[in-house]
Amino acid sequence: MDLTLKIWRQASGLDKGKFVNYKVGNISHDASFLEMLDILNEELVIKGDDPVAFDHDCREGICGACSLYINGRPHGPDRGITTCQMHMRNFKDGETIVIEPWRAKPFPVIKDLMVDRTAFDKIIQAGGFVSVRTGGVPDANAIAIPKHDADLAMDAAACIGCGACVAACKNASAMLFVSAKVSQFALLPQGRPEAHERVQKMVAKMDELGFGNCTNTYACEAECPKEISVANIARMNREFLTAKIVAQKA
Amino acid sequence: MVKIMYASITKKIVMSLVGLFLTSFLVVHMSINLLILFDDTRQLFNEAAHFMATNPFIQTFQWILFIGFIVHIILGLVLQIQNWMARPVGYDRKGSSEMSFFSKYMIHTGAIVFIFLLLHFANFFVKAKFGHLEEITYDSGTFEDLGILVVQLFQDGGYVAFYVIAILLLGFHLEHGFQSAFQSLGLNHNKYTPVIKVVGTLFSIAITLGYIAIPLVIYFS
Repeated sequence: MDLTLKIWRQASGLDKGKFVNYKVGNISHDASFLEMLDILNEELVIKGDDPVAFDHDCREGICGACSLYINGRPHGPDRGITTCQMHMRNFKDGETIVIEPWRAKPFPVIKDLMVDRTAFDKIIQAGGFVSVRTGGVPDANAIAIPKHDADLAMDAAACIGCGACVAACKNASAMLFVSAKVSQFALLPQGRPEAHERVQKMVAKMDELGFGNCTNTYACEAECPKEISVANIARMNREFLTAKIVAQKA
Repeated sequence: MVKIMYASITKKIVMSLVGLFLTSFLVVHMSINLLILFDDTRQLFNEAAHFMATNPFIQTFQWILFIGFIVHIILGLVLQIQNWMARPVGYDRKGSSEMSFFSKYMIHTGAIVFIFLLLHFANFFVKAKFGHLEEITYDSGTFEDLGILVVQLFQDGGYVAFYVIAILLLGFHLEHGFQSAFQSLGLNHNKYTPVIKVVGTLFSIAITLGYIAIPLVIYFS
């Protein structure tokens, strides 16, 4: 298939940036979206042009590195997949595909389609962990956990931190990401001792970094490659409210 | 600044609580308004208006209501400005993700409802409170005829059109706001959330139809 690609080019964070149109031809329907971009980049390199910079790593939908806002949707058309898992059969021959970087104040553009998602790491550093002392391996069945809770915690932990929720949200809110990270611990007994402190610190960091507020628009849930539920956002709101009311100040 | 003082979730929780509180006002106000359609002498309506204007509990409650409106409006603006600031460079291709439609326009529907509120305030509240109204005598006594003010105003087609549009937008605002408030308060449950959504939709339809019926019936009769 032959395609026109309208791609955001920006040499660095300081550069103003602009859209550039490229033509690619003879692309297989079975190629992945990133393979299609690889083909474009090979052609650009042969011509002596600067290849298009984009994030990618595992190319099997588990690392959270790939991004791209394709035709108005993070990770492109199709539900529950990352850009690397998306195939060119989702597009029509002759189509123009608009490819943009994630847009949010806390995600500044590094180059072209690559954005700096360190903001997510900072939120995790603020409290997205369980403090443990080292020692012997605990018995797996020492603490009973209801199957339902374990399942919900696993569903929340499926978040790969790609940032599609922020990219999709009209407010560039990180609530789905933060709530998934809060929920995966809040649902398990191991996460409870630090639960109140964790939710407050992570929300404070999220606000400080300049992410928007949640309007319960649910575009995040629709675009999440791991289909994280907005029920997690409600759980975080609940955790936050409880923490504000009952947590004792140190 | 508000941003430093309160967390995003705190603001959303306050926004939800105040929003739900304000819906109680909509119900009471609509119930009284509808009385005007039940008799040509406007006796029921004028008596109810008199009760609302003189009852000490209602008069105290009125101030809580004012504060509620102000908090809801200011917080709504603060949240919206922060949301705009969170994405300084927008997308070229408009977002085509599936999402709750009316949630995208809360600031717009809210702004028009606010303009309506100011006009409505000038037309009724200020006149009733500080202006001079005609008096009308029934078996039960003499009352200020607020009803005639309503009837006269709803003879103006332009005003009726604006009223109807503003209430429709209020309905859209409620359609998202009602169920969204529960989510913000953390009340999301696989059994109850679908029920809340249906109740929210029915509630917004009932409020819209109830309010719209009054100018339309008066104008066309």
